Amino acid sequence: MTASPYPPRTGIAAAACLTAAVLLHVLASRSLSAQGAPGNEALYIRSGEVVKRLALSFDALLADVYWIRAVQYFGRTRLETGAGKSYDQLYPLLDITTTLDPQFNIAYRFGAVFLSEAYPNGPGQPAAAIALLEKGFGANPTRWQYVQDIGFVYYWWLRDYVSAARSFQRAAAVPGAPAWLGPLAAVTLTKGGDRAGARVLWEQMIRTGEHEYLRRTAEHRLVQLRVLDELDVLNHRLARLHAETGRVQTSWAPLAARGWISHDPPVDPAGVPYVIDPATGLASVSPKSPFYPLPVDTAPTSWPAVRPPS
Amino acid sequence: MSGRIIGLVAGAVFRESVRDRVLYNLVAFALLLIGASLLLAQLTAGQDVKIVKDLGLSAMSVFGLFIAIFIGIGLVSKEVERRTIYSLLAKPVRRSELVAGKYAGLVLTVLVNLAVMGAMVYVVLAWLSWGQPAEVGRSWDAPATDPRLLVAMFLVFVQLTLVIAIALFFSTFASPLLAAAFTAALFIAGHFTADLQHLGSVVKSPAVALMSKGLYHVLPDFALFDVKAAVVHGQPIAPNRVALAVGYVVLYSGGLLGLAVLIFSRRDFK
Repeated sequence: MTASPYPPRTGIAAAACLTAAVLLHVLASRSLSAQGAPGNEALYIRSGEVVKRLALSFDALLADVYWIRAVQYFGRTRLETGAGKSYDQLYPLLDITTTLDPQFNIAYRFGAVFLSEAYPNGPGQPAAAIALLEKGFGANPTRWQYVQDIGFVYYWWLRDYVSAARSFQRAAAVPGAPAWLGPLAAVTLTKGGDRAGARVLWEQMIRTGEHEYLRRTAEHRLVQLRVLDELDVLNHRLARLHAETGRVQTSWAPLAARGWISHDPPVDPAGVPYVIDPATGLASVSPKSPFYPLPVDTAPTSWPAVRPPS
Repeated sequence: MSGRIIGLVAGAVFRESVRDRVLYNLVAFALLLIGASLLLAQLTAGQDVKIVKDLGLSAMSVFGLFIAIFIGIGLVSKEVERRTIYSLLAKPVRRSELVAGKYAGLVLTVLVNLAVMGAMVYVVLAWLSWGQPAEVGRSWDAPATDPRLLVAMFLVFVQLTLVIAIALFFSTFASPLLAAAFTAALFIAGHFTADLQHLGSVVKSPAVALMSKGLYHVLPDFALFDVKAAVVHGQPIAPNRVALAVGYVVLYSGGLLGLAVLIFSRRDFK
C-alpha cells in the first residue's frame, strides 16, 4: 500500500478553511441585512425577445425560472411591511415569462390576478393585467378564459361595467366558450355595480375555475362582499346612534350596551375586529385583516341615510 | 465495411465511457430532478408538474449535449494523442469502420443515458401526480405522465446524434479544445438560423442576402428538433415533423461522417 502524499492535517486544514469561509459568509450576510442593504430584484434584461434569443432551445425552462421569480417577487413584496414598497418589476417579469413561453396559461391568469390586486397587497395595475391577458389571447385565440378574466378586471377593479359586459360577450363568441358567458354579459349590464351582480360573477368563477388559486381568489372576493354587507349593517347602527346622541362614536361599547352588536368588538369573518375611524365615525375593516383593502368604490365612504330620532 | 467490426469498435467506445464514469451524470440528473420536484411545489404556485417536465427535458438535452461534445471531440484525437491509433490501424480495421464504430459507440452511450433519464422523469412525474385530486389534474395542460413526452425525448436523441457527428468530424483534424469550440459554436449558431433567413429579407445587398440564405440552409438547423414546449403544453406533434427531423439528421450526419472518413483516411500516421 502506498502512503498518501499529503498528511491528514492537510485535509483537516482544508475542511477548517471551508468551514471558516461558510461562517464568514453567514456573518457577512447578517451584517449586511442589519445595515439594511438593498435586496431589490434585479432585472438585467427587460426585453423578453432578447432573453428568448439567448435561451437557445431552453426558452420554456427559462420561462419557468422567470415565473418562479415573479411568484417569489410578488409574495415577498406583499409581505413587506415598510412604507413605499413597489411592485415595479412584476409586470416585466410576467411579460418576459409569457414571451419565453407564450402558452404559459397560468402566467397570464395568475399574473393578471397579481397585477390587479389593490395596493398594498398588489401593485394595483388593472390596465397592466388587461394588457397581459390581451397578450395571452393574441397568442392563444381559443382561450376564452383570458377574455373572461379581462371582464372580471373591468368589473371588479375598474368598475367599468360596459367594458366588462363587452368582454364577456367577446369571450362568449370564442368557439368552445361555455353557454353561460352570454347571460353573464346581460347580468353585468343590468346589475353592474350591484353586489348581487358581483356575487353572480364570483360564484360562476368558483363553479368553473380550472385552478385552485383562481377558485380561492373568487372565494376571497365573495367573503369581501359579505364583509361589505356586515359593514353596511354596522354603519347603519353607528349612524342611528349618531343621530340619537349627536356624537361621533369612537368605540363599540355604546352599540354593545344597546344590544345592537352581539360581540364587542364585532369581528370580520377572519376574526379580526372591525375598527371605527375616529375622524368619520365610520366602521371599516382593519388593515390587519386579510380582507383589507376592500374594493374602493363599494366600501362605505359616507354615512348611510338615517332618519333623525323623533 | 464490416458490421461486426463496427459493432466491436462501438462496444469498446461504450465500455470506455462507462469506465470514464460517464454514467455518473445519471446520479446528478436524479438528484437534480428529485430535488427540484421537492422544492418546486413550494415555489411555483402549482406549476410543479409543468416545470419538472421542462426541467427534465432540458436537463436531458444539456447532459446529453455535454456527453456528445466532450466525448465526441476526443473520439479520434485522443487515439492520436495517446498513440493508440498505431496499434488500432495495425489491425485489420478500415478507417471508415473505425469512424463509423466510434460514432455508433457514442450514439449508444447517449441512448442509454437518455433512456435512463427519461425513465427517471416519468417516475418523478408519476410520483408528483400520485394522489392528486382529479380537479388538479384537469388544470394541467397535459397529463403528468403524458406519452407524448417520448416524442420530445426522441427528438432530443436525434438532435444529439447530429451533435456527435459534428464533434466527430472536427475530432478527425482538430485538437480537442478547438473541436469543442467549433462544435459548441455550431450548436449555438444552429439555433439562430431563422435570423439568418430574416437577415436576407432586410439587407439591400443581394450578395449578403444570398450569403445569409446560403448559410441558413448549410448550417445545421437545431430549432427543427425543439418540440419541448409544445409537448409540455399537450400540443400534438405532427408525425411528418418528426420524420423530417429524422431524415434531416440521417442525411446531415451521413454527410459529416463521410467527410470525417475522407479526412481521416488522408491523414498520415507514419
